[in-house]
Amino acid sequence: MNDWQPPQQVNLVDLSFMDTRFKLIEVAAFLDRVQHAGQDTDYRVTALKSALQFLSQSEPDRAKQVLLSLSDPSEEPIAKATIQGAAGAYQIERMKVEG
Amino acid sequence: MKYIEPHGHMVSRTTDDYERMALAGCVAICEPAFWAGFDRNSAQGFYDYFRQITEYEPKRAARFGLKHFSWLCINPKEAEDVQLADDVIALIPEFLNKPNVLGIGEIGLNKNSRNELLILEKHIQLAADHDQLVLVHTPHLEDKRKGTRLILDALKNHAKINPERVIIDHVEEHTIDLVLDQGFWAGMTLYPESKCSPHRAIDMLEQRQAEHIWMNSACDWGVSDPLAVPKTMLEMRKRGWSQESIQRVVFENPIAFMGQCEKFVL
Ligand SMILES: [Zn+2]
Repeated sequence: MNDWQPPQQVNLVDLSFMDTRFKLIEVAAFLDRVQHAGQDTDYRVTALKSALQFLSQSEPDRAKQVLLSLSDPSEEPIAKATIQGAAGAYQIERMKVEG
Repeated sequence: MKYIEPHGHMVSRTTDDYERMALAGCVAICEPAFWAGFDRNSAQGFYDYFRQITEYEPKRAARFGLKHFSWLCINPKEAEDVQLADDVIALIPEFLNKPNVLGIGEIGLNKNSRNELLILEKHIQLAADHDQLVLVHTPHLEDKRKGTRLILDALKNHAKINPERVIIDHVEEHTIDLVLDQGFWAGMTLYPESKCSPHRAIDMLEQRQAEHIWMNSACDWGVSDPLAVPKTMLEMRKRGWSQESIQRVVFENPIAFMGQCEKFVL
């Protein structure tokens, strides 16, 4: 049933550059802020910094690679759910405890 | 322009939100059973919740000309207690004949635990036994990739489950291909702080040519926006989408999936 019609081409840079520029500076300022406060060794900050490398890759699947780098890489179910929430980054040490 | 909200938790919304959605072009809202922002103590709490989403919410929606449909299950956040989950699953068959019930959902995983997986498998069996459509919740953030894989394996391992009758919701860039390439439907959730932004959702729609995908706001107890779908429709216009292509995603795709249940009549 695929009668896909691609959208009319628009200037995507005009549409989103300012918003993206704003978000990039937010990332930079966040990293400065946590470093000034001595909190840059938090595993979530480390994970965020390590995900930044995918922004400068050449393949156009940066969002996917960033998401994968922030994901739990294990495959087996954990023994028991002891919390309900998620943190947004994966803590390697946790694998040993729960694995 | 008409649209369907295929995944909205209206129990956590005011009556004014129904009105705002109707004004924005919404014609139907579909409400999967989920966590209510707190853990319920007993199966009786779920019994009352099932009555709320099968009897009361349809009436609240009808005041604004909106159709309301629902899906039933015990959600994975509350599925670690297997005895409670068994008691709740036992309540579901008596509700399956209600006129607004479309299937079993939103089942799935939350922290990817063994008990959650066990209860997921029991729900899959329930859906197979009663020939029901299935709506699946995938875990949040760092747990999504692993959980999506475990869920897809559990579904594929069941001989009676047809992927075309299952939607895997809350996909993102790292899970959408896994889902669609195996013949399942995919849902994208538009949240202000996590899951998907309008632009990322539109990127994925364009990558996958909008096939077998729907978009929803979830509009639950957390930070969420009941108008996320019409706001994304506006972004689609800005990105050069035709009215017809937008209608296909926000109206025809939900009908194509949920219309597999004969009770889904607008
Ligand atoms: Zn939900």
